[in-house]
Amino acid sequence: MKVKFPKRAAFVMLSAVIPAFMSSCGGKTGISVVVAGSTSVQPYVEMLAEEYELLCPGIVVDIQGGGSSAGVTAVESRTADVGMSSRELNEKERELWSTVIAKDGLALIAHPDNPVDNLAIGQIRDIYSGKITNWRELNGADAKIHIISREEGSGTRSAFEDMVMAGEPVTPKAIVQNSNGAVRLLVSNDPNAVGFISLGLIGNQAGLKPVKALKLDGVSPTRENVINGGYSLYRPFLLVAESEPEGAAKLFVDFILSEEGQRLLVEEGLVSVREGTGE
Amino acid sequence: MRKFKEKLSERIFFALALSSISVLALITLFIFIKGVPLIAEVGAFKFIFGMSWAPGRGEFGIFPMIIGSVSVTLGAAVLGIPVGICCSIFMAEFAPVWMRNIFRPAIQLLAGIPSVVYGFWGLLFVVPAIRNYLGGPGLSILAGSVILAIMILPTIISISEVSLLALPRHYKEGALALGMTHWQTIRSVQLPAAKSGIVAAVILGIGRAIGETMAVIMVLGNSVAVPQSVLDPVRTLTTNIGIEMGYASGGHQQALFATGIVLFVIIMALNVSAQYITRRKIK
Repeated sequence: MKVKFPKRAAFVMLSAVIPAFMSSCGGKTGISVVVAGSTSVQPYVEMLAEEYELLCPGIVVDIQGGGSSAGVTAVESRTADVGMSSRELNEKERELWSTVIAKDGLALIAHPDNPVDNLAIGQIRDIYSGKITNWRELNGADAKIHIISREEGSGTRSAFEDMVMAGEPVTPKAIVQNSNGAVRLLVSNDPNAVGFISLGLIGNQAGLKPVKALKLDGVSPTRENVINGGYSLYRPFLLVAESEPEGAAKLFVDFILSEEGQRLLVEEGLVSVREGTGE
Repeated sequence: MRKFKEKLSERIFFALALSSISVLALITLFIFIKGVPLIAEVGAFKFIFGMSWAPGRGEFGIFPMIIGSVSVTLGAAVLGIPVGICCSIFMAEFAPVWMRNIFRPAIQLLAGIPSVVYGFWGLLFVVPAIRNYLGGPGLSILAGSVILAIMILPTIISISEVSLLALPRHYKEGALALGMTHWQTIRSVQLPAAKSGIVAAVILGIGRAIGETMAVIMVLGNSVAVPQSVLDPVRTLTTNIGIEMGYASGGHQQALFATGIVLFVIIMALNVSAQYITRRKIK
């Protein structure tokens, strides 16, 4: 997440320009929007909600995690106004209202000292299904591959399974971690590890030990390559609702899809709806 | 009026005492209501001895996790029990008063460190050390055992020490008067006499190790396969719940509660046996 602008200063500045933004608040006060679902989408929506609450002090956005499936269930049972999902909706869920707010690439990562820097999708599948167990088989060092996966039910894992595994189960021998950050930390420390995380979270910035994003069939996992269609591992981030949102929920969704909202998502490393994915 | 106040305060205390017991009853009831349907559906035998855990494909077998819990706890016991008992003997028998006054609060402090801090320390120091010097991914049974061994030390030490100090003075005096050396006295009089307290200490320590979640979730690696060596990653019953609860719904969630039932039964059995052993000693 980027560094926060001091809230009070922002507020003072905003009160000067608030009339200009009134349209995006609908003149409403004292209402709340409940958002629940995918923990992959959650940090981005939290960031957007903070910005939105500065624009519209009258509206409170209440955000809960729980996972993509829990988000959909919450919307169906009306315990949440808006659900977040980091995977496509399945057959049964298609009847719900939904909108793509951004796309997120999925990157395979390894330790910077690992000589391997390119994998074919079939090789990734063979690693994660347990058929390839040594880096030597991939022209790397003679060392056992330490496979790191995500926990059962995670949106990131189900996106990975859909796009890469083609129905084959992930080997039970894989190490399981329950967040993008934990996977990244392990890979940055272990020369023989391989893992997959959200493209926006590779972030080799100061203070974090670096990790190497592996190329897929020769294409680097970058935002640009997702946009131009060269890199094929990406998934949509969706907002879901029981029916088309109204009132405060609609205003918040509109804010996310607005130029400002999309710009904020791009700053965080996602691919905005406007940029497309070369389809 | 005074009598009324007496009665009233008595009632209030009773109600509060009752509420803590009823919370226990409610939690137990809740876990069983949530988990039993799944065990019934899968079949108790298949649930407990099933080798494959893949809730997405409807496979609910927790045997790898039972192996995980047993192996990590056994490792913690092997590392922690000798150290703990020796430490308690030292404190009760050998340590001069000033040293005891340093050791005792220090060990209590060990018990006060939050488990997530142990886990974080383990992830950043124990895991890389194992990876670099012994091989494997570092996240392993061994890493979990080392962390848990440290975490169960305070339980083992304080209860064993108390049971050694509680022995009547004349046991020791009699033994020494018969010409035994100090070590002979400890070995053949003090330790056997305090045996039940020490055994209870060990059982409670093991109970703590089996129930621990946060620290081990960070260092065990959480694989759902049966481990081949102490350097392999494993998943315990507790970490199975901890790592998957965030996303679980429907049958998957029930399966996690069912995992909780198995854990509940194991820990209950341990606590009851510890109580039984200590009570027998008092008679």
